[in-house]
Amino acid sequence: MKTKQHFISIFDEMANEDALKDIRKQAIDTFSQLEFPTRRHEEWKYTNINPIIQKSYTVEENCSVSQETIDGYILGETPGNILVFVNGIFNEELSHIENSEEIIVSNVKGALQKHGEKVTQFVENTTDKEQIFSVLNTALLQDGVFIQVPKNKVVEKPIFVVNVSDSEQQFIHNAKNIIDVGENSQVNIVETYRHGKDSAYFNNITTDVFVAANAHVQHVRLQMESKKAYQITTLNIRQQKDSTYTSVSVDLGGAIVRNNINVDLQDSNIESNLYGLYLGKDEQLIDNHTFIDHAKPHCNSNELYKGILDDKARGVFNGKVLVRQDAQKTNAFQSNQNILLSDNAGVDTKPQLEIFADDVKCSHGATVGELDEGAMFYLRARGIGEKEAHSLLRQAFVGEVLEFVKQDSLREKLEEIVMSHF
Amino acid sequence: MLKIKNLHVSVEGNEILRGLNLEINKGEVHAIMGPNGSGKSTLANVLAGKEDYEVTAGEIIYKGEDLLEMSIEDRSREGIFMAFQYPVEIPGVSMINFLKTALNANREYHEQKKMSAREILKLVREKAKLVEVDDEFLRRAVNEGFSGGEKKRNEILQMAVLGFQLAVLDETDSGLDIDALRIVSEGINQLRGEDNAFVVVTHYQRLLDHIVPDFVHVLYNGAIVKSGDKNLALELEKEGYAWIKEEAAAAS
Amino acid sequence: MSKQQIEELATREYKYGFHSDIDTEIAPKGLSEDIVRLISEKKQEPEWMLEWRLKAFRHWQTMTEPTWPNVKYPPIDYQEAYYYAAPKQQKALESLDELDPKIKETFDKLGIPLLEQKRLAGVAVDAVIDSVSVTTTFKEQLAEKGIIFCSFSEALQEHPDLIKKYIGSVVPHTDNYFAALNSAVFSDGSFCYIPKGVRCPMDLSTYFRINTPNTGQFERTLIIAEEGSYVSYLEGCTAPRFADNQLHAAVVEIIAHESAEVKYSTVQNWYPGDENGVGGIYNFVTKRGICHRSAKISWTQVETGSAITWKYPSVILKGDNSVGEFYSVAVTNNYQQADTGTKMIHLGKNTKSTIVSKGISAGKSHNSYRGLVKVAKSADKARNFSQCDSLLIGDRCGAHTFPYLEIHNKGAKIEHEATTSKVGEDQLFYCAQRGIEMEDAIALIVNGYCKEVLEELPVEFALEAQQLLKISLEGSVG
Repeated sequence: MKTKQHFISIFDEMANEDALKDIRKQAIDTFSQLEFPTRRHEEWKYTNINPIIQKSYTVEENCSVSQETIDGYILGETPGNILVFVNGIFNEELSHIENSEEIIVSNVKGALQKHGEKVTQFVENTTDKEQIFSVLNTALLQDGVFIQVPKNKVVEKPIFVVNVSDSEQQFIHNAKNIIDVGENSQVNIVETYRHGKDSAYFNNITTDVFVAANAHVQHVRLQMESKKAYQITTLNIRQQKDSTYTSVSVDLGGAIVRNNINVDLQDSNIESNLYGLYLGKDEQLIDNHTFIDHAKPHCNSNELYKGILDDKARGVFNGKVLVRQDAQKTNAFQSNQNILLSDNAGVDTKPQLEIFADDVKCSHGATVGELDEGAMFYLRARGIGEKEAHSLLRQAFVGEVLEFVKQDSLREKLEEIVMSHF
Repeated sequence: MLKIKNLHVSVEGNEILRGLNLEINKGEVHAIMGPNGSGKSTLANVLAGKEDYEVTAGEIIYKGEDLLEMSIEDRSREGIFMAFQYPVEIPGVSMINFLKTALNANREYHEQKKMSAREILKLVREKAKLVEVDDEFLRRAVNEGFSGGEKKRNEILQMAVLGFQLAVLDETDSGLDIDALRIVSEGINQLRGEDNAFVVVTHYQRLLDHIVPDFVHVLYNGAIVKSGDKNLALELEKEGYAWIKEEAAAAS
Repeated sequence: MSKQQIEELATREYKYGFHSDIDTEIAPKGLSEDIVRLISEKKQEPEWMLEWRLKAFRHWQTMTEPTWPNVKYPPIDYQEAYYYAAPKQQKALESLDELDPKIKETFDKLGIPLLEQKRLAGVAVDAVIDSVSVTTTFKEQLAEKGIIFCSFSEALQEHPDLIKKYIGSVVPHTDNYFAALNSAVFSDGSFCYIPKGVRCPMDLSTYFRINTPNTGQFERTLIIAEEGSYVSYLEGCTAPRFADNQLHAAVVEIIAHESAEVKYSTVQNWYPGDENGVGGIYNFVTKRGICHRSAKISWTQVETGSAITWKYPSVILKGDNSVGEFYSVAVTNNYQQADTGTKMIHLGKNTKSTIVSKGISAGKSHNSYRGLVKVAKSADKARNFSQCDSLLIGDRCGAHTFPYLEIHNKGAKIEHEATTSKVGEDQLFYCAQRGIEMEDAIALIVNGYCKEVLEELPVEFALEAQQLLKISLEGSVG
């Protein structure tokens, strides 16, 4: 009770009087009626969020970050639009927006001023009234990304969203990202989360991606929060027929990270790919929770999540694939592979299939083990030192996820960051 | 033995066979040739009774009875054997168990005593020589992990074990290298007799070097447009199908 | 295959659904401390046993029914059932000839090898009807080797120290709702003790049957395999057709001491309810074994019956180098629901476990695999391989897999695979072209699919299981 009260008092302090006022009010009312999940909830069985919700948070004010720092955070060579948020606050000077007439690339606050009603609608529709972190997000919403691509537009260059957290304070930040991609359009979005000081802040982020018919979206996320920070993300993807959505998500930072990814395949002939990589050290807990809902026939979904866990780190994977009765000819593949580098590291994995259609091909698999000893021996017998052999095998292991990033320069940069993280 | 009159067949609303006529007597081997999409495999599947094929007109009389009224398994028990183009895999079911089940189902239908596992093994081993397969083959699951050649040899083995009066070979030669082709056709030749007949559906003339047909029919646009002896096959090999198409176009 | 034929097949009846008219002694309806005392008194139990039961009963009253299984059923009124029903003839029998002819007839109908000349001659049988053990064959022959195989009640009279030492040592009375209930009201079951170094010369078998309407069956089985011993134990279950649901909440405990091996096979064919989902057994069972150093416990189950099955035969791999295995075929048809699987708890070093689960769903049924593989920090070089496959027949059923993998040792090697497929039309066509009837073709394909599991069963049991699979799936393809 006390913990919820703290968040309600933050709401009261913020006293936001913007266009979202009513929606926020509704959200905080719903929040007060819901309960934070405990480990008794099947969906939170392996992740204890008490350390997150029992802290006291402030709402942080702006702070400055240099242009060079931001430049260093850009992955790859050909940035198009760049949106920069520092401690959750949009920084217009550091951002670079190449706005064409039709495409909207904006922060939510900015979009709210220009396209008030539309944005309000989106915020309302993307608030999940049954999920406590979603209503909390709406109630305390500060800013976020609003991207809308109309029909038949191919956005050539990736859109970068750079989030920097740098504060002495234990702050909470609620960002809401809305990405709406029209028919036959194509877009590539790269989100990064970086940090300056090592404080215990809490980022509660929701992202909603709408992929219209025959649209194609690539969505890359690199999370390098402070080792003391918490991040809870909720990513909802709604896909129309013939569309493709590919997510490549890399988690390196954070004390407790929980990614909820829900994919709703609402029509036929959709392809949905979720790829994830997580490297845990110290006492990090990284939890990926995916749910793919196959409602219509002839859709494919592929999931590959790979983790390497060292020290006392823990990885959690819970992947659920639902194939409804109408979803004949579904192909759904899911795999979770883990390497443990320490005896104190652990993995809890729960790949689930729930199938109601009979003409489907579904499989899931999970493995946990050490680096392949046979391969290690082989490499060393060829004169490769132990350290290098380890590194080679790790590179191969993570490479299987990163190879799904289409652009060479982007992928290479990611590889470099991941490998230097070891 | 088999009379097909004015056969029209549709698959999912598309008419594939459009008035096919064919008569087959005991002791004869009929080769059905034709370009891709002419309806060759449709004919084979209709004879076996595959359900997706809708007969919209015409009749098929087999041993004096209406074949189209018979169930798939009864056709089999009455002696129609289909050697599949793509033999299906049945994981976990051993060859020997499969043959035992099929053979005893046949025997039961003909009011014969069921055979014991031992008798069946003896019979199968003997027939297995025909297509050069060993005991290890019999322990494997039906078609599972079989190479293309093994699958086709398996079809001929089943033909030998289960017996037949009219064998329908659906592109049994496609995908086979020359050695496999030799083994398969020798097996078939040894099974030829005065009381049985063959319909050999093929895309390639080379099979007919090994299995010499009495008649060759060219199927085009869902009907037999030309019939002849084995020389017709040689002519097709040399000239291709273009002249057949022209002739057919001229005729209509 | 014609529509009519399919309908005929679909309406074929449960073969084992006869009700034997045996004179039965029934305790009053409902559950209370008095009933617990009554059961204990009827069985002339020692005081400590009654105390243990009462402790369990009091604990049960504080518990709530679990809701996490993927099954749905109306609330059970525990006061509406009878907790004790025994065939009246209770005095010890000198020989099998003295058995009530009606009971014998029941066993004959079930095809149980009660008499030596029966087809399964060589199997020692303990038969439990409604909760009470009726007879045990081959007792003397086993006694020569020092093997004790008798009903639980008898063991309680004659070997109370063994029972006292081991009861609740693997499944404590606090373990779960149904285990607690069983601990309070269990009325009989089987007891089996294999002395050190003895290889049991024959399969031991228990046949369970519920015969009286509205009775719960709460048997308890305890198997103790001393160092270096071996036993293969078979369990069969049937029940007559009743329109009401009946509760079966059994507990099985296995203790495998150093280098011992226990193979436990079950063919469960409780009445599954009719084609509209009326009636049938609620089969809520706790089965667990503990392996000491280098011991092995292997569970094999073929589950075709019960309206609802909720069961996870488990192995605690406590000793180093111990091995746990679980082979399961679970078939659901019509409105049956099954939530079944296993738990493999790796505590010792170099422990190995294998899980092979084959679910088959037909009709409007739901079949869930739920399995836990846990590797504790202490379990260096633990190995697990799990495979759980689902086969769907028809498009109104559901197949679900819920594997839980909790791995906390870096030397572990854990692999889990799962697939879902269906009986293909092309496979059925191929078989039909070879003259095989659809019903036989399905049996052939299903048996092929289940082969890895059926191979684990003793031969006679495997044949029975194959027959059962066929009967259970009759009429499932349209």
